[in-house]
Amino acid sequence: MHRWEYIFRRLVMAVLVLLSVSVITFLIARVVPSDPAAAWVGPHPTQEQIAQARQRLGLDRPLYEQYLRYMQDLLRGDLGTSVRSHQPIVTDLKAFLPATMELVVAGMVMAVVIGIPLGVLSGAHKGSLLDHLTRLASIAGVSMPTFWLGLLLQLFFFGRLHILPLGSRVSTEVALYHPVAQITGFYLLDTAMTGNWVAFKDALLHIILPAFTLGTYAIGLTIRMTRSTMIEVLGEKYILAARVAGLPERVVLFVLALKNAIIPTVTVLGLSFVYSLTGALLVEMIFSWPGLGAYVTNAVISIDFPVIVSVTLVVTVFYVFINLFLDLAQAMLDPRVTLQ
Amino acid sequence: MQTVGGSVGDRPQHARFREYSLMWQAFRRDPLAVISLVVILVFILGALFAPVLTPYPGQGRGDPNILEKFQPPGRVHPLGTDYLGRDVLARILFGGRSSLSVGFLVVLVAGAIGIPLGAIAGYYGGWLDDVIMRITDMFLAFPPLLLAIAIAAALGASFTNAMIAIAFTWWPWYARLVRAQTLSLREQYFIEAARSIGVRDLTIIARHVLPNVLTPVLVQATMDVGSAILTGAGISFIGLGIQPPAPDWGEMISTGRIYFIERPWFAGAAGAAIFLVTLAFNLLGDAVRDVADPRTRRTVV
Repeated sequence: MHRWEYIFRRLVMAVLVLLSVSVITFLIARVVPSDPAAAWVGPHPTQEQIAQARQRLGLDRPLYEQYLRYMQDLLRGDLGTSVRSHQPIVTDLKAFLPATMELVVAGMVMAVVIGIPLGVLSGAHKGSLLDHLTRLASIAGVSMPTFWLGLLLQLFFFGRLHILPLGSRVSTEVALYHPVAQITGFYLLDTAMTGNWVAFKDALLHIILPAFTLGTYAIGLTIRMTRSTMIEVLGEKYILAARVAGLPERVVLFVLALKNAIIPTVTVLGLSFVYSLTGALLVEMIFSWPGLGAYVTNAVISIDFPVIVSVTLVVTVFYVFINLFLDLAQAMLDPRVTLQ
Repeated sequence: MQTVGGSVGDRPQHARFREYSLMWQAFRRDPLAVISLVVILVFILGALFAPVLTPYPGQGRGDPNILEKFQPPGRVHPLGTDYLGRDVLARILFGGRSSLSVGFLVVLVAGAIGIPLGAIAGYYGGWLDDVIMRITDMFLAFPPLLLAIAIAAALGASFTNAMIAIAFTWWPWYARLVRAQTLSLREQYFIEAARSIGVRDLTIIARHVLPNVLTPVLVQATMDVGSAILTGAGISFIGLGIQPPAPDWGEMISTGRIYFIERPWFAGAAGAAIFLVTLAFNLLGDAVRDVADPRTRRTVV
């Protein structure tokens, strides 16, 4: 199969997948046992109020018509209205999405900064104490309920050591006296751009625990993947040649070997990014982080379906695009992929 | 002739039993695997015999006991009491019933949907294969936890609905796994032989295909029970699982977390239970994978 044909087919498939995703989210949103119209009106509604709401929400139309309208709205960027706040969901998302993204990116940075060096070292020293410890830690990391890990870290760093804050994005004093300018919605960027260093330091302290909690899974995967590819690469002749030539071990490991070992690790990082988007739901609850997770869990409590479904849709679209991007990147980098 | 015919007919079954006994022998020599199995059995037995094992079965099921609330772990209450004064050990034992059964039921239901569909897709091929595989693609496009939350929210918060929601997002993995296995089996001589003597397709699938894909499915299932328990805990942590006062590990963390900094023992015990069981299933899955593959099986006596 030609490379461009593969890329074309992959793109068509992504569009089809997105269409079917919209059908499923539509079905979950509309064909629910509890009545969206009743939820819209609030407690103790009259029959007329429900009928009115039904008409207003278009629930009296046939199902396919409802779906077409739903798609029309989606393409115009209208995700509907929150049942609870009666606000357009897009407005809410604009406020909550950057918080989640900042947390996920911070978690990924931790995976790169912690995961790759540990993976390289345990691959280079297979069977050493460090290797056994990282293996144990990465298995434990995958078996740990993230929300429980978050609680344990809070107990230790806030409750016992008093060195890190309990939760939220900045402390109340900073929010009052050094308010964060809203430019990108990423507090670390916004504070750095406006030179608000007091708030920057505060935001940095606040993001450490939630980012680490969220990043554990990615850190574990990164260590395992880097380790196994390093072991493979270190057996190659060019590494032996480099060592014979007397290059320092540092250069051999972190420049020559890592360059070839990094491609599968990048794929794993991409997948972890996607995984973290949903992992963030639980982590945000623990750390009172005002992101998508807080938004969706509050929606769950108040049975706000349009919100639950919109968040599902938005995150799934991210999910599909990142997977598409990973596949295409791999097709560009590795000619063998397109042959399958 | 009768005996020869009989022994030839019996051979596949015979070889399979021999294979399983070799697997068991290799398994027994892996200390980590045996410890994991023991941990899992202890939790299962604890959940089954919870009413006999604890002096406070009522509290385990949810009866409040306000006068004794927030007791730290001690002689009367080995793991302390929670915010309603209920014995935490009793809650953990009873909570294992829902948390562990989510793990097993999710895998059973996901397997019951995914395995037959995967076998049919792989065996027949053609348009049937295309349709089934496109449906799995559709489900795999969603982040599993989020889809499960959306379905569970749509169905209403309860134990059964949470279990159905998770199973719904998991079956495509089994369909894919079994399809891939079936594709390679389909070309084997013994399947072709069965077909050539006129054995019906469904009989071939049931008698020759499914038993041969059992081992990889078993490996996958073992690992998945752990992840299913973890996901189930996450769902009930959000409040979509079994409803209080009924006990569940995820629910115990959810209700205990606001007291955690001052009184960490009751949410802590539930988290430790989830962690231990999941870890045990992951290690067990690793071990089953190693012994199922003759190349990694340590057969030296």
